[in-house]
Amino acid sequence: MDKIARIDMGAAGGPKVTVGGLGDYAGLGGRAMTSLMVAAEVHPLAHPLGAENKLVISPGMLSGTTGSMTGRLSVGCKSPLTGTIKESNAGGQAAQVLARLGYAAVVLEGKPATDDIYKIYINKDGIQVIMDNSLKLMNNYPVIEKLRKEYGDKVAYMSIGSAGERKLLSASIACTDPELRPTRHCGRGGVGAVMGAKGIKAIILDDAGMKMRPPKDPEKYRDANRKFVEGLRKHPVTGEGLPAYGTNVLTNVLNEAGGYPTNNFKSGQFAKASDLSGETQAALEISRGGNATHGCHRGCVIQCSGIYNDKDGNYVTKQPEYETVWSHGGHCGISNLDTVAKLDYMDDNIGVDTIEMGVTIGVAMDAGLAEFGDDAGAIRLMEEVEKGTPLGRVLGSGAAITGKVFGVERVPVVKDQALPAYDPRAVQGIGVTYATTTQGADHTAGYAIATNILKVGGDVDPLKTEGQIELSRNLQIATAAIDSTGMCLFIAFAIMDQPETFQALLDMLGSFHGIEMTGDDVVALGKKVLSAERDFNTRAGFTKHHDRLPRFFYNEPIAPHNQTFMMKDEELDEVFNW
Amino acid sequence: MIITVKLFASFRSGRFDIKSCEYPPGTTVADVADSLKLPQGELGIMMINSRHVKLERVLVEGDTLALFPLLGGG
Ligand code: SF4
Repeated sequence: MDKIARIDMGAAGGPKVTVGGLGDYAGLGGRAMTSLMVAAEVHPLAHPLGAENKLVISPGMLSGTTGSMTGRLSVGCKSPLTGTIKESNAGGQAAQVLARLGYAAVVLEGKPATDDIYKIYINKDGIQVIMDNSLKLMNNYPVIEKLRKEYGDKVAYMSIGSAGERKLLSASIACTDPELRPTRHCGRGGVGAVMGAKGIKAIILDDAGMKMRPPKDPEKYRDANRKFVEGLRKHPVTGEGLPAYGTNVLTNVLNEAGGYPTNNFKSGQFAKASDLSGETQAALEISRGGNATHGCHRGCVIQCSGIYNDKDGNYVTKQPEYETVWSHGGHCGISNLDTVAKLDYMDDNIGVDTIEMGVTIGVAMDAGLAEFGDDAGAIRLMEEVEKGTPLGRVLGSGAAITGKVFGVERVPVVKDQALPAYDPRAVQGIGVTYATTTQGADHTAGYAIATNILKVGGDVDPLKTEGQIELSRNLQIATAAIDSTGMCLFIAFAIMDQPETFQALLDMLGSFHGIEMTGDDVVALGKKVLSAERDFNTRAGFTKHHDRLPRFFYNEPIAPHNQTFMMKDEELDEVFNW
Repeated sequence: MIITVKLFASFRSGRFDIKSCEYPPGTTVADVADSLKLPQGELGIMMINSRHVKLERVLVEGDTLALFPLLGGG
């Protein structure tokens, strides 16, 4: 990873590729690369869909090596959904392949003069940008099907669906999994709309003839990786729970804890939650000849994913994640896993963020566009998005816009990004993260659920305010660092509980670069990333008053705990005070 | 006294999902786990009536006890 490619889509005479060295960005990867570059190079007041915005695509620092779990790809830009800086990451094969091709970043810049669309082919010989209007307005599954005929099965694909081309604010960028399904999405913040605005439909990554990236100290790296894998296998979450049930094992946990937002955040418990649970889902998948244990990229030893088939045993979609099962399920009063799976497929195919889309449908239900619990109504609303009708464009632009258009007061967003699957009134710690993260409401940015609810990595009472600020601060710092390494965030469950597994991670990072890495270095990296992101947001016009939850969380208590969000504004303002 | 016990994830295999159980007054969470042959080291999340509790917590008539192994997701 010793080069950065810049593709100017607005160059006179057509797209122009420039490949250069790393310069100021040496040693960076993943979120550190995307955020530092966007902060340094994008005008903070740029229109997110204009020539001044850039889409930075970067594999993690350890991607493309023999290290396990290193397949995370980061995409960064100024977000059209939030107006803040954005980093959205995904699994799939793309990060490994791009890293082996030697690119620390591929940067899409400028704005095309025409509405032609292009595909980018990257292999060992270089980069080609090829006009291909035959792909126009195709969705992700058919696009990949078509590209496979041309480029085969030994490559990784990134693509946008019709939502990205239409520049909808919930549009995602899909990455293919090992079976070349476009199921792994850089989902949040409308990054797909920025790719669409650059006129790029697909990126084909072909690492034929390339080798694994060699560590500086191969023996130490191999040894550290072995210990790291042992640690992941040994921990009950990464070794048993996630492989067996996937992330959706959380449905029953959050519902039991009273933190499962139901019918657009009107209750903390859903009477039919067990129909949606990970236990039910895993049994159903296995009984239909699917698979409840599947990795989103080669080299994942946790394998939290799976394959969801219909009752006749035909593939429908990858195992829907907890967030999806919630957003399209309980949030909309829907309890049928087949409906959720169909909507998950539609999200992936159209290319929209599953959290934003599901939350939006719930808001639309509050507006009376369908009843809560109306499966057919939810599918009908998604079909509007697929067709790109005016209603579909409103819905595809997310919960904040939909709430405004239809006059809904209860709109669960922070900085215009939809809240994920944990009610901040029943889990105060995650509310701190939602309110203060640089990204708009995002659970992964500082996953306080671990300590508040799951009792992994410590124990903080979810119903109290004590300890939540410090918890969210530390998690946000650690996450910004992990998001830069290329590691899947789920390793955190093991490294928070097992010091020797955290040490193994440090040794992987250190031996790869031939240096000593300490916990302090990781903290420094995380702070550097967050500081750059905060600085960009400040220059883009964001103040502490944006670091708040919508008022209804302060005013409407929620059952069963009958509590509101109780963190004080002055406390929230302390999160980045380190 | 009657307690509702709910088990989740791997704890269900060979046991049950939900059951009303009779226990003597003074029964703790640890006692219930022992009676179900759930090793204490495997207990991850324990809740009574939607609130987290510890092993030594004493149950009272009508409580709902939920027991999970260590779990994660996101
Ligand atoms: S644990 Fe899940 S999300 Fe993470 S790399 Fe493995 S399959 Fe992908």
